[in-house]
Amino acid sequence: MDIVVALKQVPDLVEELEINDEGTGLDPDVLSFVLNEFDDHALEEALLLKEETGATVTVIGVDTTGELDQALYTALAKGADRAIKIVGDFEEGERLPIPVMARLLAGALQQMTYDLVFTGVQAADDLDGQVAPMLAALLNVPHVGVVTSVARVNGVVKVQKEFWGGITADLEVDLPAVLGIQAARQAPRYAPVSRVRQAMKEATIEEIEVEDLPEAPVAPLRRMFIPEVSGRAEILEGDEATIAEKIVDILRERGLIT
Amino acid sequence: MSTYFVIAEHLQGVLTETTFEALGAARNLADATGGQVVGVVLGHEVSELAAQMAAADKVLVVDHPSLAHYSPEGYVKALEPLLQEHRPRLAIFQNTAIGMDLAPYLAARLDWPLVAYCNALRAENGAIVTTSQIYGGKVMAECRLDDGPAMVTVLAGAFPADDGRAGNSPSVEQVTPSTLNGLHTRFLQLNEPETGDVDITKADVIVAVGRGIQSEDNIEVAEELAQALGGVVAASRPVVDAGWLPRTRQVGKSGQKVKPKLYLALGISGAPEHVEGMKDAELIIAVNTDPNAPIFDVAHYGVVADLFDIVDALLETLEK
Ligand SMILES: Cc1cc2nc3c(=O)[nH]c(=O)nc-3n(C[C@H](O)[C@H](O)[C@H](O)COP(=O)(O)OP(=O)(O)OC[C@H]3O[C@@H](n4cnc5c(N)ncnc54)[C@H](O)[C@@H]3O)c2cc1C
Repeated sequence: MDIVVALKQVPDLVEELEINDEGTGLDPDVLSFVLNEFDDHALEEALLLKEETGATVTVIGVDTTGELDQALYTALAKGADRAIKIVGDFEEGERLPIPVMARLLAGALQQMTYDLVFTGVQAADDLDGQVAPMLAALLNVPHVGVVTSVARVNGVVKVQKEFWGGITADLEVDLPAVLGIQAARQAPRYAPVSRVRQAMKEATIEEIEVEDLPEAPVAPLRRMFIPEVSGRAEILEGDEATIAEKIVDILRERGLIT
Repeated sequence: MSTYFVIAEHLQGVLTETTFEALGAARNLADATGGQVVGVVLGHEVSELAAQMAAADKVLVVDHPSLAHYSPEGYVKALEPLLQEHRPRLAIFQNTAIGMDLAPYLAARLDWPLVAYCNALRAENGAIVTTSQIYGGKVMAECRLDDGPAMVTVLAGAFPADDGRAGNSPSVEQVTPSTLNGLHTRFLQLNEPETGDVDITKADVIVAVGRGIQSEDNIEVAEELAQALGGVVAASRPVVDAGWLPRTRQVGKSGQKVKPKLYLALGISGAPEHVEGMKDAELIIAVNTDPNAPIFDVAHYGVVADLFDIVDALLETLEK
């Protein structure tokens, strides 16, 4: 069984985000990137299946940040067998609309053999929709999103899909299929730095070069902005003890403690 | 005349609250632009649900045994020809475990633009202007859909469900689905949430921990504080995914919706998926080291500090 995991980097949301001068996106100069956390889960679920079934795991991504190598080498260090990056004339660090990214990934996948394609159920920047269902539509294969476990049984896969309020469904899906992974069955593993270094020395990342960006329907973005900073919260100031006193006073006033 | 489609969602024979919110959003757009609202219900023996979509002018019911249970493939196969035929100005899906499966798939099949995570929609000189919450709630994006057909997914809690419930009984029309044979996805079973643990939806006081709690061992200090306050410990999704607390403690989109008298959020960023489950709490106090964390937009009181320092200080003060 061949599993392909599509990886993408997104801005690290712990950092302060700034809007570019045109008001059309984030300022790429002040961004640092991390792997989309749901893609990390997608990779973990694929690696678990590799351990259970001997599947091969290929990681692939569109290098929009100029830093995708880092994510790909880390994936190799964790146990992926092969890594591919799609390179082209992208504006470094700028958000690539998801319909475009999906078409680039679909183009690459059509040249490969695969039984399963995993990717994160969503990403912090997928303003124009999630990539997994788009990819499935373009490849004309079934898709299930919000998946929290995948098991191979008799030539098909059994997946668990989450709804809300803790309700889940078990579905059986024929291969090939695309799955949007919400969470792997276990927390994503870490790759020791030494292994990542080793992968950087020994492994090669294959490249697919694209000349022109594919045509895709993209809703015209008018502007991006940071929501009113005022927010609603009244910020409690002081040292820890003072703040604790203030909180306790608020709770007392409301009769939440006596 | 502009037509606004609303794709209904239901599980176990009940329309979701977000379905009514989406209907409310469609109704308001239709009223502003002189358009009509068309509801779509897919399933098996679901005419009753169609009648509940009060704010719709018309409801299309796609009834088929293979739609008796939700499967992404069955739904998109049934919806694609319907959307193709009607080409609505806007098809409104929900940003839920169902809508997130359907809208992007259909957008790619039909080559229509899609805007996700919408929390506001307004008509402006013939265009529809959408506002979306992205980057974990830290950034808003405005798009302009000049003409149709187009699609959106709407966030839970952003549109008035009451407007979706108000109205006369819509006319109901049965639609024969195109071929739903040979599907590659089969429904096996629905699983109810585990029970037996504390029911966080019944608690008056919730001490909720997020990824800022850093390790399983640190859950204990949150437990201690919860006990001192007569409450229970709940968590954001990553804490539950890491196995530090049971699934029953998860607050948010895929977990529980809670409305306690006090929600103390410790080291939770306030991603929309989390906020969905707790924003109606009577009193929200958030502790976070990041002054720009979106949790402060929903909290009543905020503390920009290390959660461990504040928890220790609170335990000391409460002891006095
Ligand atoms: C379909 C779907 C459904 C989802 N359902 C849910 C759901 O039901 N519930 C849910 O919670 N999430 C859900 N999520 C996940 C959601 O998108 C976020 O990833 C999640 O809510 C983030 O959790 P967090 O705030 O704990 O972690 P993070 O976003 O990583 O935030 C951690 C925060 O802790 C702060 N921090 C770090 N150290 C400290 C410290 N020492 N003191 C104080 N603050 C500190 C940081 O500044 C940061 O703001 C869902 C996602 C998807 C795609």
